[in-house]
Amino acid sequence: MAIQVRIPTILRTHTGGNKTVEGNGDTLAALVDDIDAQHPGIKGRLVTDEGKLHRFVNVYVNDEDVRFTGALDTAVKDGDSVTILPAVAGG
Amino acid sequence: MARFASLVESLGNTPLVGLPSLSPTPDVRLWAKLEDHNPTGSIKDRAAIAMIEAAEKEGRLQPGSTILEPTSGNTGISLAMVARQRGYRLICVMPENTSIERRQLLEMYGAQIISSPAAGGSNQAVAVAKGLAAEHDDWVMLYQYGNPANAEAHYTGTGPEILADMPSITHFVAGLGTTGTLMGVSRYLREQKPGVQVIAAEPRYGELVYGLRNIDEGFIPELYDADLLDSRFSVGPDDAIHRTRQLVEREGIFAGISTGAILHAALGIADKEVAAGRRADIVFIVCDGGWKYLSTGAYAGTLEEASAALEGQLWA
Repeated sequence: MAIQVRIPTILRTHTGGNKTVEGNGDTLAALVDDIDAQHPGIKGRLVTDEGKLHRFVNVYVNDEDVRFTGALDTAVKDGDSVTILPAVAGG
Repeated sequence: MARFASLVESLGNTPLVGLPSLSPTPDVRLWAKLEDHNPTGSIKDRAAIAMIEAAEKEGRLQPGSTILEPTSGNTGISLAMVARQRGYRLICVMPENTSIERRQLLEMYGAQIISSPAAGGSNQAVAVAKGLAAEHDDWVMLYQYGNPANAEAHYTGTGPEILADMPSITHFVAGLGTTGTLMGVSRYLREQKPGVQVIAAEPRYGELVYGLRNIDEGFIPELYDADLLDSRFSVGPDDAIHRTRQLVEREGIFAGISTGAILHAALGIADKEVAAGRRADIVFIVCDGGWKYLSTGAYAGTLEEASAALEGQLWA
C-alpha cells in the first residue's frame, strides 16, 4: 500500500502526464519529498523557498484542507488519498 | 408578520428545519437553513441586495447606472431581479459551462450575459470582468469576492437568525465560494458564541474548471480569512450528487447540488461527534433549490451517469 496523490493538470508536466502518483511518508512534507524524488521539480511548484505551501495551491488529505490540520506537518498514512488543486473562485 | 411592501423586503428570516431521518442520533442533530426561501430562490439574494444598497448609499449607483459582475449564476440572478426593480442595467460575466436555466433566468430579468471561457471557470470570469471594468469607468462592479457588504449581510442577517433559532448550535457548515456566508456568520458566532465550529465545504469540479494556467494565477477572494474557519473540506461531484438525492429522498428537501456537497461535510462531522459521544446541533445551509440544475442530469439515472454528466460543468 502507498499514498495516492492526485495531480492537477498544470502539474502533470512533472509526472509524465499521470493523473495520480504514489508515494510514502509519515507527514505531508515527507510525502512531497518522496514524490519529488520520483518526479523532480514538483516540490518547487507546491512549496515555497521558506518551506510553506504556495498561496494558490490547496492540498487535501482525504478531502480535508491541510491548512487546518497542520499544513506540511499533517500526518499521512498508507491508504490515504491526497489531492492537489489550484485555488479557484466560486460564486 | 409575513406581509411585505415589496419582494425585496421579504429577504431573509428563512426557516431552519430539522432532518429527523438523516440525523444519526437524537443527540447529534442536523438542521437545514432553507435559503431557497429567499426572493429569487437562493442565499445570494442577501449579498446582492446588501451590495446594491451599500452602493446606493455611497452614491455609486443612480437610476440608469450599469452594474457589472462576474458570477456563475445565483448572484447574477439576485442582482438582476433588484436591478430590474430599481432601473439599473446589469451585465454578468459568466463562465460558459454553467447551466442553461441560470442563463434563461438572467435573460428573463433583462440582464446581459458576457461569456467567459469554460476552462479556468470562475477565475476567468473574474479576470474578464476586471478587464471590462478597467475599460468602462462608468460601470459599477459590485465585486462579490471583495465587497464587505457581502459578508456583512450574513453578519447582520444569516448569523443572528441561526443563533436565535438554534441557541444550542455546535457546528455551522456552509459552501465556500465568495466566502461571504462563512466569513459573516463566523464573525457573528465567534463574538456571540465562541466555540461553535465553522466548517467550509468547497466543491471540487472536473479538471477543465481548474484550467491550464500557471498556479501563480490562482484566486483567493479578498473576503477570505482562514482564521474564521475551523476546517475546510473538498467535496467531489459523486458525493455531492449522492447527498443531494438523499436529501430529497429522506427529507423531502429538493436542493441544488452545492447543498449536497455541504450536507456531505455536515454528515462527516456528525459521524465524528457520534463516535466521540458528544451532543451536537449542526446547522448547514441549503443554498438554493434544485430547479436550476435539472438540465445538468444530476437528478436522473445512476450516480455514475449523473457524475459523468457534471464533468466540466460549474455545478455549484
